[in-house]
Amino acid sequence: MILQAIAFWILAGVAVSAAFMVVAARNPVRSVMWLILTFFTTAGLFVLIGAEFLAMLLVVVYVGAVAVLFLFVVMMLDVDFVELKQGFLQYMPVGALIALIMLAEMAFVGASWAASRGEAAAQPPAIPVSASNIEAIGAVLYTEYVYFFQAAGMVLLVAMIGAIVLTLRHREGVKRQDIGKQVGRKRDEAVELVDIEQGEGIG
Amino acid sequence: MYGFFENMMGPHWGHFTASVLHVLIIMIALLLSLAYLLLADRKIWAAVQMRKGPNVVGPFGLLQSFADFFKFVFKEIVIPAGADRPLFILAPFLTFVLAFISWAVIPAGPGLAVSDINVGILYLFAISSLGVYGIIIGGWASNSKYPFLGALRSAAQMVSYEVSIGFIIITVLLLVGSLNLSDIVEAQAGGIWHWHAFMLTWPNIVLLPVLFPMLVIFFVSALAETNRPPFDLPEAESELVAGYQVEYSSTPYLLFMIGEYLNIVLMSAMTVILFLGGWHSPLPFPPFEWIPPVFWFALKIVLVFFMFAMVKAMVPRYRYDQLMRLGWKVFLPTSLVAVVLVGGYVALTGGPA
Repeated sequence: MILQAIAFWILAGVAVSAAFMVVAARNPVRSVMWLILTFFTTAGLFVLIGAEFLAMLLVVVYVGAVAVLFLFVVMMLDVDFVELKQGFLQYMPVGALIALIMLAEMAFVGASWAASRGEAAAQPPAIPVSASNIEAIGAVLYTEYVYFFQAAGMVLLVAMIGAIVLTLRHREGVKRQDIGKQVGRKRDEAVELVDIEQGEGIG
Repeated sequence: MYGFFENMMGPHWGHFTASVLHVLIIMIALLLSLAYLLLADRKIWAAVQMRKGPNVVGPFGLLQSFADFFKFVFKEIVIPAGADRPLFILAPFLTFVLAFISWAVIPAGPGLAVSDINVGILYLFAISSLGVYGIIIGGWASNSKYPFLGALRSAAQMVSYEVSIGFIIITVLLLVGSLNLSDIVEAQAGGIWHWHAFMLTWPNIVLLPVLFPMLVIFFVSALAETNRPPFDLPEAESELVAGYQVEYSSTPYLLFMIGEYLNIVLMSAMTVILFLGGWHSPLPFPPFEWIPPVFWFALKIVLVFFMFAMVKAMVPRYRYDQLMRLGWKVFLPTSLVAVVLVGGYVALTGGPA
């Protein structure tokens, strides 16, 4: 138990300070690196509460794919971020307001969770503890929440189509490779034997 | 081993000591076998081109890898003036460490994995999807054009092929019904006709035309995922000098190299576990059953590694747009259809078990 507590405080401390460094770092690529560290420590926190499936998904999806694409874009950007940060004081009131609202929301959720702790403990868990993570998630995701699941899929599909429509350009006169045509080509179509008179050339 | 130490030093410290020893044994075994796999790679490559390959250091060049090792270690570490120093050093370490920690869940024999976790295959997938960071960070931190181009190429390439690898893993998971690597291997017990790649038992034989192509696609995707020829575009020596490794020298380069080769061996091990029956012997009767399972596992890995080496020697490098076409337009739809077919089969028959 003591080991778990130590692990929690280390992971939580690293996660929060890395999240702060995301904002504080001057170099955008470094920012993304700190963001990756945040994701990673969060995955560690998931493991601590016994949700190892979610932890692995977090690493696969966010660290393995999303952050790579972030990095991909940020590395290629040539933006002067020092200049972008000039208006810091100007935007600070709005930012502080949003931060305050979020803090209040989190405090509210935390307080209500703490207040209802006794009730929640009395209720039996919906899924037997013996079932593995994946079975537990699958058992509710594809039954109780199947419409939400489908709706989320539709939203993603629409977003994907939108991204394709926004970036797809049909250009004229582009030579494209047709692999089937290349492979299906015979020798007769490709090679021509020509008799050339000496000193005459092919013309 | 665990029992012995737990008796001697009490349950907690004994388990701890035994685990540390276990990890050390696996690391040393991996590094030693890597030295000879590297040599084998070069020898096979040389043999295809009718050369002799390394044959000077030691008998038949058997000590070549160790000579290379000392040469790397004793050279000066050069860090370019414009490089991002912490990230420049971090990148090879990351590659090296990630290559090693994935071996924690690989079961080389019954009960031989350091940590036989329930989400084993997902863990492997997660770690292998992290492998791209070493390359991207190294390429960016070098602050030089060629490494940067190599890093960008590898980022796109590895993310693309991960998708099809993920789908292929799902086909196997659907059949087995577990994410635990030992369970996946146990599901293929009972001879070569039970392995996922060559299922010949009725009624599972209807899956053969689905699963065998999956083995081939997995192998090709593994080539792309580990940046091996013919997909070694991130370090294409004829166009990008050496891609993301240009600025690296000495020990950091060595770490990159070890990490890269260890990832290749890991991909071979994954192929063996998912499709080729893991530690099981191909014929389930005595003369073959007497040989310990670890031997079969190692033999199969060496076999897949041989295929990796032969591909490197024989196939010309792909062009980048061809690589992307293959990943997104051929492998992704094929593996997606395979997931649907295998899922339908499992839903209809209730699985092969």
